[in-house]
Amino acid sequence: MKNVLVSALAFTSGFVIMSLELLGGRLLAPYFGSSIYVWGSVITVFMLALSAGYLTGGWLSLFNPSLKRFSLIFFTSAATLYPLAMITEPVMERVFEALTDPRWGSLVAALILFALPTFILGLISPYAVRLLVVNVDRAGNTAGTLYFVSTIGSALGTLATSFYFVLWFQMDTIIFLLSGTLLILGFVSWIAARNR
Amino acid sequence: MKYSATLLLTLTVLFTTGPLQGRIIHREQSLYQTILVDDTGSRRCLQFSVRRDQRNQSCVDLKHPQRMVFTYTQMMMAGLLLAPDPQKILIIGLGGGTLPLALNDLFPEALIDVVEIDAVVVRVAEEYFGFQSSEHIKVFETDGRIFTKRAIMRHDQYDLIILDAFNGDYIPEHLMTREYLQETRTLLGSKGTLVANTFAQSRLYDHESVTYASVFGDYFNFKQYPSSNRIILVSMAGLPTLDLLKARATRWRDRLRAYRIPIHNYPDRMSRTIDWDRDARVLTDQYAPANLLRSRNRHR
Repeated sequence: MKNVLVSALAFTSGFVIMSLELLGGRLLAPYFGSSIYVWGSVITVFMLALSAGYLTGGWLSLFNPSLKRFSLIFFTSAATLYPLAMITEPVMERVFEALTDPRWGSLVAALILFALPTFILGLISPYAVRLLVVNVDRAGNTAGTLYFVSTIGSALGTLATSFYFVLWFQMDTIIFLLSGTLLILGFVSWIAARNR
Repeated sequence: MKYSATLLLTLTVLFTTGPLQGRIIHREQSLYQTILVDDTGSRRCLQFSVRRDQRNQSCVDLKHPQRMVFTYTQMMMAGLLLAPDPQKILIIGLGGGTLPLALNDLFPEALIDVVEIDAVVVRVAEEYFGFQSSEHIKVFETDGRIFTKRAIMRHDQYDLIILDAFNGDYIPEHLMTREYLQETRTLLGSKGTLVANTFAQSRLYDHESVTYASVFGDYFNFKQYPSSNRIILVSMAGLPTLDLLKARATRWRDRLRAYRIPIHNYPDRMSRTIDWDRDARVLTDQYAPANLLRSRNRHR
């Protein structure tokens, strides 16, 4: 049961990360265009934030790892994602005024907007590994399964967002839905932790 | 039905692989697209893709360089019926440079700003299509949206703005939203004229039409066989009457003959009738799936 739950959580984090990354490129377009350097900025920021998140998530798993604490990561990620819808416009406007080169402009804007929520989402994978590993012999197998699940989530998040979500919803709505999903999953793992 | 489809296919194959097939004299991959220059007889064309069914983007008749080869390029000059004497002109999208050259020819004192994102297109236009920037024609190698935002910060205004940024393959979606058109409207001031080269087909037609209507209200919708383009014409000073359009067309008629622009035919074809689905969603920065909508058929 715990396996299924933690896997589902890892899947969702993968899904949200890539969905957000795609939205990131689109959110920047009105101010910085949609050229290759805008995607370069977005991907750079996501990679940096995720790497810092992995490092920190692994470190956090050293201290009394539990499903309950795991759920706190989800609450935090939901809370950092939600305000994006409100702050993108004013942030991009300031950066646009301060920096004339759209390469540096898009990089700085992406850093301000996406680094924090992506960092929090990066905490999830290593923490999930810690929760599911029962002995060293099977550690690689467990980590492999979690990578598999979360990367499948990333693939589906990319596909769903670029093929369908942008055709059905406003971008703010998509951010709201992603944030809401994280919140709900946080509650699910919170309740699961209490019932153990 | 099936036979006519087969016939059409046969004809298409004949015409695209037959004697009309030109000679590619230049091929270059840019950051954004593959650029081809193709000579067929005395006609030189700029193409933005390697696909055989891709239509030419911009052509010039080497024997008569003034002549506008494409119907849609001619149609965009209908903007002169709304703005008879533009002195500050902004063109988004260079192509082969046909429009800025013609406008510079007609209005030698006018200041023309051309925005082109692709540096390779600028170079190819100069090397193969006789385009040249000058004291009166300035080229800015940047994104159209970024240029527009910076121009607003500089408090620039234009008498005539021409949007021609979409090649056949891919639409830059941030240039087809309500917010972008609002920014463009700011640059038009209270008297400016906007001419936009847009799509006449697919579901995108409805979305694009309501988006323009949401920003500009009433506008002229101009379609003409055999072009599959639709030209939108907006005037911030209010649309002229049919009589005024005709009077202006008569005045331009002889002057534009060298360019092969049948401007006297235009006033009757510039329609104010709403022939789109008014319930289509307005395209915004939040909702801009222009390329996806373009692959959908209109439902009616």
